[in-house]
Amino acid sequence: MKLTRRTALLGGAGISIISRAGRAEKKYSTGVTDTEIKVGQTMPYSGNASAYGVAGRNQAAYFRMLNETQGGINGRKINFISLDDGYSPPKTVELARQLVERDQVFCLFYPLGTQTNTAIHKYMNQKKVPQLFVASGASKWGDPKEFPWTMGWQPDYHTEGSIYGKHILTTKPDAKIGILRQNDDMGVDYMSGFREGLTEKVKKNVVAEVSYEATDPTVDSQILQLRNSGADVFFEITTPKFAAQAIKKVAEIGWKPVHYLVSVAASVGAVMRPAGVENGQGIITAQYLKDVTDPKWDDEPDVKEWRAFMAKWNPAANVLEGSNVSSYAAVHGFVHVLKQCGDELTRENLMRQAANIKDLTVPLMLPGVKVNTSPTDFYPLQSLQMARFEGDHWVLFGEMLSLDNKA
Amino acid sequence: MEFFIQQLVAGLTSGAIYACVALGLVMIFVSTDHINFAQGEMAMFATYLAWAMIDAGVPFWLAFILTIVIAFAGGLFIQRVILKPLEAAPVLSLVVCFIALLSFFNALAGMIWSFTIKQFPSPFPPRDVFGNGLVSIQQIGVVAVTLIMLGILTVFFRYTTLGLAMRAAAQNPASARLMGVRVSWMLALGWGLAAAIGAVAGMLVAPIVFLDPNMMTGILVYGFASALVGGIGNPMGAVAGGFIVGVLENLVGSYVIGNELKLTFALAVVVGVLLLKPAGIFGRVIVRRV
Amino acid sequence: MAAITDSWATRGRPGWIVILFWGLLAALPLAGLFTNDPSFDYYMFMGQAMLINAIAILGLNLLIGFNGQISLGHSAFFAVGAYTAAILMNFAGFPYWTTLPIAAVICFGAGFLFGFPALKLEGHYLALATFTLAIAVPQLLKYKLIAPWTGGVGGLILDKPDPPEVLKLSPDQYLYYLCLVVAMLAFWIVRNMLRGRSGRAMMAIRDHAMAAATMGINTARYKTVTFGISAGITGVAGALSGITVAYVAPDSFTLQLAVSFLVGLVVGGIASLPGCIVGGAFIVLIQNSSQSISDWMKVTFSLRYDVPAWAIYGVLLILLMYFMPRGIMGGIETLWLRVTNRKEASS
Repeated sequence: MKLTRRTALLGGAGISIISRAGRAEKKYSTGVTDTEIKVGQTMPYSGNASAYGVAGRNQAAYFRMLNETQGGINGRKINFISLDDGYSPPKTVELARQLVERDQVFCLFYPLGTQTNTAIHKYMNQKKVPQLFVASGASKWGDPKEFPWTMGWQPDYHTEGSIYGKHILTTKPDAKIGILRQNDDMGVDYMSGFREGLTEKVKKNVVAEVSYEATDPTVDSQILQLRNSGADVFFEITTPKFAAQAIKKVAEIGWKPVHYLVSVAASVGAVMRPAGVENGQGIITAQYLKDVTDPKWDDEPDVKEWRAFMAKWNPAANVLEGSNVSSYAAVHGFVHVLKQCGDELTRENLMRQAANIKDLTVPLMLPGVKVNTSPTDFYPLQSLQMARFEGDHWVLFGEMLSLDNKA
Repeated sequence: MEFFIQQLVAGLTSGAIYACVALGLVMIFVSTDHINFAQGEMAMFATYLAWAMIDAGVPFWLAFILTIVIAFAGGLFIQRVILKPLEAAPVLSLVVCFIALLSFFNALAGMIWSFTIKQFPSPFPPRDVFGNGLVSIQQIGVVAVTLIMLGILTVFFRYTTLGLAMRAAAQNPASARLMGVRVSWMLALGWGLAAAIGAVAGMLVAPIVFLDPNMMTGILVYGFASALVGGIGNPMGAVAGGFIVGVLENLVGSYVIGNELKLTFALAVVVGVLLLKPAGIFGRVIVRRV
Repeated sequence: MAAITDSWATRGRPGWIVILFWGLLAALPLAGLFTNDPSFDYYMFMGQAMLINAIAILGLNLLIGFNGQISLGHSAFFAVGAYTAAILMNFAGFPYWTTLPIAAVICFGAGFLFGFPALKLEGHYLALATFTLAIAVPQLLKYKLIAPWTGGVGGLILDKPDPPEVLKLSPDQYLYYLCLVVAMLAFWIVRNMLRGRSGRAMMAIRDHAMAAATMGINTARYKTVTFGISAGITGVAGALSGITVAYVAPDSFTLQLAVSFLVGLVVGGIASLPGCIVGGAFIVLIQNSSQSISDWMKVTFSLRYDVPAWAIYGVLLILLMYFMPRGIMGGIETLWLRVTNRKEASS
């Protein structure tokens, strides 16, 4: 295994040397040299959303691994600069400008947050610097006409919301639905998709929609309101901490609705275990990644490789945390695109390659989930499968739902 | 009706938490005449220490007591080492120091224990009292602990020489010094006690809201509001203020104005109360001689 | 509070140091003519941020340093200013520069009105009551009834103004000058006000309200109007921030912003006008330097983990307060006095 990979690498290097000599078309944009590719990122390592900072740390560890064991990508080391924006949009603007103008990065990869990325959306496109694989599920990242330099990554919240809507429509058409949602753009996006999925006929089935602020201490009061509304279906659009609170509270007051939980909060390590696995039985979510706590995947090579990577390069991290899985998958997508660029490491080519991914399989994604993009489709991932929490992990059910594509 | 009672109980439970935090604030205010913005983060940090001990196999109550002791020592240490050199500095410079402590503890906790939420064991079983989902033992426990702490503090400040000396040191350091009170140590003692109260508050809160480095940020705001409503120099007032804010917030959120603005509304009420009673409902206006 | 010196603000004519200083600030963008550094525009952007913070802190300083009313809620007025600019530009098509005086007027009104309840509160109570303002405003901005205008949770995206053709400046150089002109104007107004009768009245109220009242100063009127002016100045800074960042969102105006203004104020120096500029620069630079120190520590001591920048920030702040309890300008002044005294003693 090891040997074949090394030979493959050597082979690759050989080919690239030949092509350099033969075609002599090494073309670089700012931030790329023969030995280095500079990649920037903004990430909330502090502030209210600091729990997401796990993703940036994990990706930094991955690039370190790549540089030290494989000498980077095609002989160029990745110089990864990930900066803390504290989830504050003006700070993101400042840091993005620092990365683009002072540090001269090649592109931004996986910058996290909706408001924060909105703040630099226009700037990045004016500067023509790729804002690649934005770590936010807002649907606005897939608009190649207006913003050809920005592309999202994960299945967008709107799509996911509509999946839950449809599922309720087919399984429980007379449902009385109570919704708890964070009062931010994530909540708005999920809701619009959810309503679309429910269709006109059954929108009236929503009997209560209550919100909370990310700064609220608890959501106890909201849960009581939802139960009191007589809802028998509970749709929860929350971030991990509040998801755990809600799951625990629902169990405590003996409310037994059909419980839907959005994928951003469906981490086993960060939500389900702290909330108590016995309280989470039967909760429904949708996934595009493998649940690494499920022993079913233990023998899969990608899961094994991921475990080995985590143990060696990011040993302090909690392997049960969902962000360590999703960020690992995203970094593979990015590395794929960089490799596709070959020696033509220009920003134009990066976007061109990113917009021409055909049926790419990325580690840790569910079987059947493929990354697909085209110059008109800037939504790399649009497949999700529903899962139910049983025992101490998620159990998949139903078919892979692919929603192509609104672009 | 059942819904009303549930909201009331939920309000009282969160009220008890706010009251606990407010008690710590009052403690520092009474003994040093300052408002400690780092109160919440210090409590959070102490709670993490407790969590680490429990995680390492220390029994809950032993960890509970050890944490209180460590927090007390920590508070003492902060006052003696960091704040004592600044005794003569302007008030706002001290406020900046409190803000610095806040960032420090928050970032340090994030580095050591990560920002992922952790489950903190509750000393109370999560069972119902009446078996109808109205009131849980957890909720009664939180309220009871808060009231016990209030009782201890009241007795301490009213009926012990040490408590009296601490109040004197805060309100009139010069005269207190003349009376033979070791003012500087009284301030340190106040910090130690406040940190210990904070640790208790943190350990009460953590099972409900889950432990993470930002656990206390939201709660501290309510703690401030509670202390203000009740009168920031008065432990009894702080606790009453906590319950008032907690209940009000829940009832207003569910019946009147909706959840989006419930905090805003609660804060407006606080300011309204202050306008009528500038020293809080239970506070006394201190007339200073010119 | 009485220990605070006002000498910087109340000195007769603007000294040559002041003129030199503003001249230097005005000359900075011209360095762009001699350098091809691609990050020049980024430094101009940092300059804008520093000037905007300096203006906001100036507003706060007027209230805290010269009038003795503590506010922890100035991020609220900053937000109102920013949203005023954003809404006028987006929905009513106002040119960007007209929004500045309008933001000033609206924030003056808001501050003036808030000044009335503030009259009843003192010290800690006022601090905490304004604190509630800082918390309430981001939530109010999201409220569904006004969301069509504020953009709700998503915020509003603005067009960055283009510089007039004749000036041959890059947009960032131009915006820097815009900020600089507004800053100079604000400092000039405040300085003149402080030197006049009203300034003396404001400071008399700060030092001893009761004595000021017996001397015939209408303390209530002065305090509310000062609150209004203070909010108005901070509101203009907010409008500038909206224009230069080209995006306003509820998450941009959290409590942390109010706290950073206060930190900038204290670090620069309470009741010191140059201190406002020092503080404004400080809050922009400190985060970046904490990050650099963190990176440096990681490399030098070959640590396996990052030392969190915010922990370093905390330590730096405490050290700063330890060595300069009256802020950087206060510290410089103390040092200056010590040096001049020594000279006199030796001569």
